[in-house]
Amino acid sequence: MPLNPDTSPNLTLVLVITALVTVGVYLLLERSLSRVLIGVILLGNAANLLFLVAGGAAGRPPLVGSAEPSEMSDPLPQAMALTAIVITLAMTAFLLAMAYRSWQLHRHDEVQDDVEDRRIARLAARDERATTDADTEDTRSTLDEEAAETRDETDDAPSERTTPVEVP
Amino acid sequence: MTGDPTWLVPLPVVLPLFGAGLALALYRRPRAQRAISVVVLSLVLAVSVALLVLADSGPLVIDVGGWAAPVGIDLVADRLSALMLTVSSAVTLAVLLYSLAEGEADGDEAAPVSIYHPTYLILTAGVANAFLSGDLFNIYVGFEILLAASYVLLTLGGTGERIRAGSIYVVVALLSSVLFLIAIALVYAATGTVNLAQLAVRLPEIDPGVRLLLQVMLLLAFGIKAAIFPLSAWLPDSYPTAPAPVTAVFAGLLTKVGVYAIIRTQTLLFPEGRADDVLMWAALATMVVGILGAVAQDDIKRLLSFTLVSHIGYMIFGIALATQAGWSASIYYVAHHITVQTALFLVVGLIERHGGSTSLDRLGGLAKLAPVLALLFFVPAMNLGGIPPLSGFLGKVGLLQAGVQVGTPLALTLVVGGVLVSLLTLYALVKAWNKAFWQTPPVEPPRTPLPLGMIGPTAALVGFGLLLTVGAGPLYGYTDRAALTLQDRSVYIASVLPDGERGQGESAEVAEEAEDAEHDNAPGAGDGTAGDGTAGDAAGTEAAGTAADGRVGAGATTDGGRP
Repeated sequence: MPLNPDTSPNLTLVLVITALVTVGVYLLLERSLSRVLIGVILLGNAANLLFLVAGGAAGRPPLVGSAEPSEMSDPLPQAMALTAIVITLAMTAFLLAMAYRSWQLHRHDEVQDDVEDRRIARLAARDERATTDADTEDTRSTLDEEAAETRDETDDAPSERTTPVEVP
Repeated sequence: MTGDPTWLVPLPVVLPLFGAGLALALYRRPRAQRAISVVVLSLVLAVSVALLVLADSGPLVIDVGGWAAPVGIDLVADRLSALMLTVSSAVTLAVLLYSLAEGEADGDEAAPVSIYHPTYLILTAGVANAFLSGDLFNIYVGFEILLAASYVLLTLGGTGERIRAGSIYVVVALLSSVLFLIAIALVYAATGTVNLAQLAVRLPEIDPGVRLLLQVMLLLAFGIKAAIFPLSAWLPDSYPTAPAPVTAVFAGLLTKVGVYAIIRTQTLLFPEGRADDVLMWAALATMVVGILGAVAQDDIKRLLSFTLVSHIGYMIFGIALATQAGWSASIYYVAHHITVQTALFLVVGLIERHGGSTSLDRLGGLAKLAPVLALLFFVPAMNLGGIPPLSGFLGKVGLLQAGVQVGTPLALTLVVGGVLVSLLTLYALVKAWNKAFWQTPPVEPPRTPLPLGMIGPTAALVGFGLLLTVGAGPLYGYTDRAALTLQDRSVYIASVLPDGERGQGESAEVAEEAEDAEHDNAPGAGDGTAGDGTAGDAAGTEAAGTAADGRVGAGATTDGGRP
C-alpha cells in the first residue's frame, strides 16, 4: 500500500461513535417523529465517523505531489462519508417535512399504530370471522332439509313445498 | 463503438435519471412528461433485453468514468443482473402505462402528477443501479436513490393515512440504511475495499469471526429491505395505503432488490455459507408467519401484502440451499414473483375502482359484473398459489427438487413447509376469490367503468406471467447458467479485475504517469515497490484483456478516446 500504513483506530473517535450510537438508538425508540429524526441524524453521524476510523490514521491531504503517499490519509472513506452525509441530509429534510405534515394533520408528530392490525386482533380475540361468507354461515337449515326442499325429478310424490301451483 | 457493447451497461441508470430531470423541468406540460416517461422506460426495456442476450456470453463490465475498478465504480451486467433488470423494466413500463390511463380517467387533480413522473423515473434508476452495481457502496447509493423516490411515492398527496403508513416505512428504511452504511464501513476497515470482485478475493483472507460479523450485518440490512421475518412487520402496514400503481411496483420490485442483494453477497462474498442454517429457519418463519397473516386478513391489499412477505421465504429458501439448483430456482422464482405480484396488485386497483372497496366485506359478485376482471384476477392468483402448469408451480417444483437434492433434515422440513404454505396461499386467495367474485354483494357497487388503458397493461403483465410459463424451459436454462456463474466466482472476478488487481479504466495509466512524474521529481524510497506494482498491472491487463473475450475493444476505444 502506498498510503499511510498505520491502521490502528483512533480511540477518541471510537468513544464518540459509541456515544452517538447509544443515544441514537435510544431516540429511535421514541414515538415522536422529531426525536426519531434526531436519532437518525446521530446514527448517521456515527456511521460517518466510522468511515473515518475505517480509513486508518489521519495523515496529510491526499493530493498527488503535496506529500509522500505514505503520509497521506486514505481518501476513499472520506469520499464515501461525504456521499453518506449528502444522503443523510436529504433524508433528514424529508423526515422533517413528514413530521411537520403529521403535526399539521394531527397536532402531534407521533408515529401511530396500525389500526387495521388492532381490528383483526380484536376480532380474533372474540373468535369472530373477519368476513361473512354465505356458504359457511348458519342458514338455519341442515343439508337434509335443503335436500328435501329440492324437487327430485324421479320422485313420484313430490313434497308439498315444491308442488307447482295448480292452475285453475 | 460497434464491436463493443459495454456502453449499453450504464444506460438503464443514466436514461431514467436524465428523463427525470427533463420531466421535472417540464412540470407544466403533463403531456410532455408522459411522453418522456414512456419513451425512457421503453428504451430501458430495450436496453435490458439487449443486455440479457449479451450477458449470456459473459459479464459486461464498465468502469464508470474510466476509473479502474477497485477505486473507481464499476457496473457489471452478468446473467443475474440482466435478468432482474429485464423483468423489472418490463414491470415498471406496464405499471407506468396503467397509471397513465388511471390519471387520464380520473383527471389530474387526483394526484400531483408533475411530481409523480420524475420520482417514478428516479425509482427506476435506483433499482437499475442496485442491480448493476459491482461495488458495495454503489449498491448503497442505488438503494438510497430508490428509497428516496419510494418515500415520495408512498406519501404522495400527504393524506393522514399515508403519512401514518409513510412514517413507519421511512423510519424502518432509514434504520436499514444506517445498518448497511455501518456494515460498509466495517467491510472497508477489515479489507480496505468495497469493490465486490476485490472483496471476493480479500474476504477469505481475513479473520473468520470478523467475516461472520460482516456477513450478519449485511444480511440484517438486506433482510429489512427484503422483508424477511422477523424484520418484515413494516411491510403489510405501509404498502396497502399507497395508490394502486405505487403499491404494485413496490410489491414487485423493492423487496426483490433486497433479495437480489442477498443473492449477490451470499454467493460472491460469503460462499462458505455459514449463515445458511439461520437463513433456512428465517425462510421457514417468513413463509409460515406471512401466510398466516394473509389468511387472517379481510382486505385484499393487505392479504396480498402478507402473501408477498410469505413468498419472500421461498426465495430465501433457495438461496440458503447454496446449490446451483437452489440458486437457479430462486432466481426463476424472483422473476415469476415480480411479475405475478405486480399483476395482482394492479388487478386489485381495478377491483377497488369497480367495486368501490378492497375490503372483502363489501365486495361481491364481480365475476358476473366484470368477467374480464375475474379472469385477470384468477390467472395470477392461481399462478401465485402454484397451480400447475403455471410459473408459480414450476418455480416451487424447482425449489422443492433442490431442497430434496440437498436432503438434510432442515432442508426437508423446508420442503414440507413450502408445500403447506403453497396450500395456505391457495386457501387465502380462493377465499378472496370466493368472496369478491362469486358471492352476492352486500351493497350494490357503484359500477365505475374500467378504462381500457388500465385493463391493457394489467392484461399484458398477466400475459407476461404466462410467457414465463410457456418459456420456462429456456428461462430455466438461463437461470441455471446464471447460477453456474454465481457458483464459479472466478468468472465475475476475472471480468471485473482482469489481472486480479485492477479494472480496465484509465486510472491505471494515470497512476503510472503520476509515478513517472514522481520518479522525475523526487526519486525517493518506497517508490520502487509501487512502480513495480503498476508495471506488473499494465502487463497483466494486456494479457487478461485477450483472455476475456470482446474486452480488448474496450481498452482500445477508451485509449483512443483520450487526447
